[in-house]
Amino acid sequence: MLAEMHDDGLVFKALADPTRRFLLDRLFEHDGRTLTELESELDMTRFGVMKHLRVLEDAGLVVSRRSGREKLHFLNPVPIRQIHDRWIDKYTERRISALATLKGQLEEAQ
Amino acid sequence: MTTTAIGTTQVYQVFVKATPEQVWDAITKPEFTSRYFYGSHVDSTFEPGAPFRSYSPDKEQLWVDGEVLESDPPRRLSHSWRALYDEELAGEQHSRVTWELEPADGGVTKLTVVHDELEGAPKTAQNVAGGWMYILSGLKTLVETGEPLA
Repeated sequence: MLAEMHDDGLVFKALADPTRRFLLDRLFEHDGRTLTELESELDMTRFGVMKHLRVLEDAGLVVSRRSGREKLHFLNPVPIRQIHDRWIDKYTERRISALATLKGQLEEAQ
Repeated sequence: MTTTAIGTTQVYQVFVKATPEQVWDAITKPEFTSRYFYGSHVDSTFEPGAPFRSYSPDKEQLWVDGEVLESDPPRRLSHSWRALYDEELAGEQHSRVTWELEPADGGVTKLTVVHDELEGAPKTAQNVAGGWMYILSGLKTLVETGEPLA
């Protein structure tokens, strides 16, 4: 349970930074990019981009793989899906059931 | 709806609190796949060269047709993939799906799915992009809790 909270924490922390969200959006548009390609889209040092990619990799949002001599970065959407299942579904479902209850009460009152 | 330029390689990864053997079973046994993989029944001997097939829940329709390319239980499985559940996709060329299972710290297995060789299957690439994260999230929940995703 604690481990799960820790994992969610890493994902939320990774998503809390605008540069990292920018990097995820770039990978969403075009997956499997090198550090050099990603760096060219940002006004930031290579080291800075590497640091951000490391945080994204630690959170599982980016997976890097070797392809020949290149290291390619891929967007991994699974942790976002898990956040969705754990945090979004749960609360939206409650709202929907609240609306269903309201509908039932209003119809009974008629 | 945002559109995305889907690449010819897609990578998905999830950490599952289970042994590689347990995760291998979840991938290769129909009693597991039917509970997280759109109800589908996988059918294969998982020996290199053997057919890899996945059937609809009623087992009447062949949904995925392929061939086992590599098999090294419980570490690595690679098979070709042709989606027959949609007419538009059925006309496309084979692509390839590789499952990599690596033991990680704390009794956890790192499961990576690489769906590549999608050059001749752009519609399949678009179609499976959302599916894999749903499937892996479901596999993790099933293996860890014994229950499928609600």
